[in-house]
Amino acid sequence: MNDSREKIIEVHDLVKKFGSFEANKHLTFDVYKGEIFGFLGANGAGKTTAIKILCGLSNPTSGTVVVAGVNVNKNPETVKKRIGYMSQFFSLYNDMTVKENFRFYGGVYGLSSKEIRNRTLFFLDKLNMRSYENMLLKNIPLGWKQKLAFSVASIHKPDIIFLDEPTGGVDPITRRQFWEMIYEASANGITVFVTTHYMDEAEYCERVSIMSEGEIKALGRPRDLKKNYQTDNMNDVFLKIARNVE
Amino acid sequence: MWAFIKKEFLYIFRDYRTMLILFGMPLAQIMLFGFAITNDINNAHIAILDHSKDVVTREITRKLLSSHYFILDSYLKSDKQIKPAFRKGEIKEVVVFEKDFAKKMTTEGKAHVQLILDASNPNTANILNSYTKGIIDTYLFHNLLEEGKIPIRVDVQSTMLYNQQLKSVFMFVPGIITVILMLVSAMMTSITIVREKELGTMEALLVSPIKPGIIIIGKVIPYVVLSFINLIIILLLSQFVFGMPIRGSVPLLLGESLLFLIMSLSLGILISTVSKTQQQAMMLSMFGLLLPTILLSGFIFPIENMPVVLQILSDIMPGKWFIIIIKNIMLKGIGITYFWKETLIILGMTVVFVGMSIKRFSVRLEE
Repeated sequence: MNDSREKIIEVHDLVKKFGSFEANKHLTFDVYKGEIFGFLGANGAGKTTAIKILCGLSNPTSGTVVVAGVNVNKNPETVKKRIGYMSQFFSLYNDMTVKENFRFYGGVYGLSSKEIRNRTLFFLDKLNMRSYENMLLKNIPLGWKQKLAFSVASIHKPDIIFLDEPTGGVDPITRRQFWEMIYEASANGITVFVTTHYMDEAEYCERVSIMSEGEIKALGRPRDLKKNYQTDNMNDVFLKIARNVE
Repeated sequence: MWAFIKKEFLYIFRDYRTMLILFGMPLAQIMLFGFAITNDINNAHIAILDHSKDVVTREITRKLLSSHYFILDSYLKSDKQIKPAFRKGEIKEVVVFEKDFAKKMTTEGKAHVQLILDASNPNTANILNSYTKGIIDTYLFHNLLEEGKIPIRVDVQSTMLYNQQLKSVFMFVPGIITVILMLVSAMMTSITIVREKELGTMEALLVSPIKPGIIIIGKVIPYVVLSFINLIIILLLSQFVFGMPIRGSVPLLLGESLLFLIMSLSLGILISTVSKTQQQAMMLSMFGLLLPTILLSGFIFPIENMPVVLQILSDIMPGKWFIIIIKNIMLKGIGITYFWKETLIILGMTVVFVGMSIKRFSVRLEE
């Protein structure tokens, strides 16, 4: 990959131990600005641990992690302002209206009322949801909620958005629409760091890493990985890596 | 932080169940304890078996019935009717006057009244017994006084300090305040924090630049406010509906309540850090806090009568100390110099619980 691109995440020799158990074993990888980076791995492979460290929720046992030019270990609070986060639970409040959800998260990220209003209108117009702004979130269909969650996660114009299995429980058409949003964000220079269980989604990523047993077993463009593992789809790549482990 | 508080209020007011628990429960409880669950005796059904039917027995009967304690169920005609009368279950007491009651009183200077009581509820039986005795004694005393025949007797006069009418609501109100403050603060805060965990919103908040401490404080403040409103409602109710006085300083009462509130909140936060689901948090607060507080704090059962093990256990119930404080302020009207020790204990507990929940909270982040 071409190294001249600006690095937005730099992970070097990251180790995380819980007692004697090593959840992350010497991870080293970089993510570039505006890239869509797929972070794959079976359950229990150590993905969640790594993401928590990248987001500043947890401290590494050793190694350095630099996100958006800031050492996460030393300045987690600075990093937190530069990143957005959306989980499979969408992190929205069901008993609040669409507008109130925007207002709340805008407040959490310290935006002014004017900024919050502008950003809210911007996203609602983009999603064609202007007429739903006063609807309670629980009455909104799942697919729309997902797009709203992505918008809310980017209300403060973060450099990087972490998506933790964002498309769980959503039909393929909605998933596709959601990925269009991701592409758009990426085109605007926002880096997207996404974990998923769907291997067709892995194909949408510019580069993917596949973790197993706390280590990164493969890292590269989906096209190259398929060639290396002599197969025509990411599913087989994933299975081959998982099988080698067993 | 302001955004948080606003959001939390929005959430509370939109969820009618929460509102119901918050404000319906205190009302229901105080009404229940004040009116229904009471140790005072009103309108106990009694029967009279009068073998004498003279002026004195009729007068005594009239006195008994004109007190509001008793309602006449029936006049019995013979001893044989006593047992069947009790079996029907309606009556609690039978008053039996012996034959020639008035005559014996004047000639022999004494006459017999027999009181037969249904002691399947020993408390009620005891209370009825002493009420009846009291009424008969008073009557006889006044009667003899009028006739100028005062026998030599010692008249014991008991004075019930602080609660002269022995109203049980005076005993219950401090307990209810304690239970409600504890329940609302601990249960509601633990549930609301765990709900954020369940929803996954807690994660999003932790990833945001807001410090965990602020998140928790922001979540807790609305409940402090609501619990305080609750407290004031209870105090107003107990004063205007049940006539319970606040003899001591109101600011002191509110201050001590605030301290207890913070203690309960920190307990709630602690519960939230160990529970994964809302149900779990609810169960923990119900069985871990509410029941022990009701049973062991001296709210209903006197601590002095408990076995030593339970007495020691009751010492670690924050509610026990708080009940002592409220009773001191409301009924005795005394100041902090008399219960600074209790205050200190609650303060100590608060510090411990806050410390523990902060520690647990950061540990959980790491996991």
